[in-house]
Amino acid sequence: MKVAKRSFDAVIVGAGGAGMRAAVTLAESGLKTAVISKVFPTRSHTVAAQGGVSASLGNSEPDHWTWHMYDTVKGSDWLGDQDAIEFMCKQAPQVVVELEHYGMPFDRTDEGKIYQRPFGGHMSNFGEKPVRRACAAADRTGHAMLHALYQRNVRANTQFFVEWMALDLLRAPDGRVLGVIAMEMETGEITVFQAKATLFATGGAGRIYYSSTNAFINTGDGVGMAARAGIPLEDMEFWQFHPTGVAGAGVLITEGVRGEGGILRNASGERFMERYAPNAKDLASRDVVSRAMVTEINEGRGCGPNKDHVMLDITHLDADVINKRLPGIREISIQFAGTDPIKAPIPVVPTCHYQMGGIPTNYHGEVIDNSNVVAGFYAAGECACASVHGANRLGTNSLLDLLVFGKSAGESMIEFIRKEPAAMQEIPQSEIDKSLARVNRLNNQTNGSDVNETRLAMQRTMQAHAGVFRFKDMLQQGVDKILEIEKAVQQTQIKDKSMVWNTARIEALELENLIEVAKATIISANARTESRGAHVRDDAPDTPERPNGRDDANWLKHSLWYREGNRLEYKPVNLKPLTVETVALKTRAY
Amino acid sequence: MATDTTVRTVQFKIYRYDPDKDAAPYMQEISVELDPSDRKLLDALTKIKAKEDSVSYRRSCREGVCGSDAMNINGKNGLACLTDIDSLAQPITLRPLPGLPVIRDLIVDMTQFFKQYHSIKPYVVNNTPAPERERLQTPEEREELNGLYECILCACCSTSCPSFWWNPDKFVGPAGLLAAYRFIADTRDEETNERLDNLEDPYRLFRCHTIMNCVDVCPKHLNPTKAIGKIKELMLSRAV
Repeated sequence: MKVAKRSFDAVIVGAGGAGMRAAVTLAESGLKTAVISKVFPTRSHTVAAQGGVSASLGNSEPDHWTWHMYDTVKGSDWLGDQDAIEFMCKQAPQVVVELEHYGMPFDRTDEGKIYQRPFGGHMSNFGEKPVRRACAAADRTGHAMLHALYQRNVRANTQFFVEWMALDLLRAPDGRVLGVIAMEMETGEITVFQAKATLFATGGAGRIYYSSTNAFINTGDGVGMAARAGIPLEDMEFWQFHPTGVAGAGVLITEGVRGEGGILRNASGERFMERYAPNAKDLASRDVVSRAMVTEINEGRGCGPNKDHVMLDITHLDADVINKRLPGIREISIQFAGTDPIKAPIPVVPTCHYQMGGIPTNYHGEVIDNSNVVAGFYAAGECACASVHGANRLGTNSLLDLLVFGKSAGESMIEFIRKEPAAMQEIPQSEIDKSLARVNRLNNQTNGSDVNETRLAMQRTMQAHAGVFRFKDMLQQGVDKILEIEKAVQQTQIKDKSMVWNTARIEALELENLIEVAKATIISANARTESRGAHVRDDAPDTPERPNGRDDANWLKHSLWYREGNRLEYKPVNLKPLTVETVALKTRAY
Repeated sequence: MATDTTVRTVQFKIYRYDPDKDAAPYMQEISVELDPSDRKLLDALTKIKAKEDSVSYRRSCREGVCGSDAMNINGKNGLACLTDIDSLAQPITLRPLPGLPVIRDLIVDMTQFFKQYHSIKPYVVNNTPAPERERLQTPEEREELNGLYECILCACCSTSCPSFWWNPDKFVGPAGLLAAYRFIADTRDEETNERLDNLEDPYRLFRCHTIMNCVDVCPKHLNPTKAIGKIKELMLSRAV
């Protein structure tokens, strides 16, 4: 197979929010930058974010970044690194204002400032009562943000490689990252992208689960590539199940609906969140609300003929408010639930939504392996773990994460590239051959497994064995099943052998990334014998000695899964912020 | 959620063309068994692809915000993920978006479409030094952007427009012109005049003959014709 080669100062893989925010910084600095994306940039999954991006602008009521920081640490169930959390919350107002200057069409207050709405877990005065911190463009904040970032990149003349699928990370014998190898989907041709600095901003892998709010493209490509290249994956047992996916369809209904006054009700119409979170109620953090919903369903108080969902009710809101603040939600509800939310409640169920773990980085966006910086390698956004979300992410903190860490990764890369010699290190042929071997194996496979069936088997296993509530026996069985399914993934066969826009080949390659994420998730989850944030197990129940089942004595640490031998290591949580006092360990309640 | 377990069989005719092996395009008849939970056309395509992995199309979000799965469905452009299967007459005939070169099956080359979008300078231009905080905009000024900023660049509109079919290299097309007006309408943008200059041309703007196919097909219920009308009004009032 002939392989072309191109050289850049910086290569970014992924053109969602994080990749495009980094691209703005890099392209405007004048460095030669390439952005590789398997979809046209505005089709990246950031486009589907709805409710808002958090920043303590205080446009409607007093707010402070230290309150935001407290909420984020508490939301993370103290697994987040407090240096990175301080950095993010402090930077938030600035990056949001920058985005406004780029042209983002935020909604406005009567004074003409950016409109802000309440969101789950975001409180004033260190957890007192909900605060308006989520900066919103109706319920299309992600769409407005992604388009504004793309537009800024058009202005900056960023060079995009659209509909290219990155295949593998390329490393030097000393571990340094030298670029990526990628396939152009239109021609099937393969090119090496040599770079002084490489950024992964490839998003999450929600498609490891059967029921997910995530797009088809969210297949953890960067995470899979990193794992194959020997980089550990951090805290992969922590997956967010969003409380309100449309029952049956999985499509997301923003938490902003509850921010605007929406209420969750069980079969008897009861506002059950009052029992689980007397203070924050429907605006408790997502893990808490999702567990409450599943408990209601498990105890027979679910709605519908199968009692398998609950209702999200906004019929008490003014139709004008719904049409102005939640127009997209109304459309989604009519399209996918067959319900007009002005007239009737929306059937909802907790649905896999967000990957808290990922490629380990510090708050500069530099990838960290075993406390060492991996030279030339950066990660930002959902594929990375800084770690600001810890065991549970707060709503609106993901859009913030990709702005803050996209920007800081871009700045770190500039600094790194400027110190580098002009001549680039040679890429070992063996690295290229390893990647080509994967493609050749797939092209030549006979008597192999079916891609669709294998992916379904993985998704159903993850759904059943590593869901909202986790069980000791089920986790162990899940590990065995996923390792068995992995064998089928290594033998997938495609019937379509065309070189032109071969989506069957792309799906098979994506599955090889998904399975790395699934392994990391279930193996890390099986090992963590406590309950924390989104990871809750039956054998670590709520007791007076261990409230919520959290075991700080043994488990206040990050998991690191290495692909080789499915090895697990651990590293301490950074409880020391950059300038302020530590947010001290406390039992989490809303 | 549905308790109904009836499986239904749906007939399709799909445009197929793989330049790697086909001398010419052809229509393939395919039937597929669907579950009651398969509501949207994209659900059906996913089932078809599971059986026959060479059927090629773009898709991503499956909820109508990414703009990937635009195609010509029973003669009308639309998004597969927002189209109810049961609303369609069978056999359901699927073709690539008209007027753009076909790469393979339902996948078209969108280069020309994006070139026109880029030609209108799709970004806010404001050379006044930025304030420390956000630029202010009243709720009423912001409301002017509604119906404009929501475009998902799916190309349903431009590829349903005869003027764009004849002059895709010269006529900006409904999507690009909607975007042009989005920036003209933004109080933060300072280049209204330059933007109007950029469109003052027998082709770029004035090839719109208000046929209104764009309005008819837009899956986001936007109205490019109205936006084009407003640009024409501004040009007129500027001339007098």
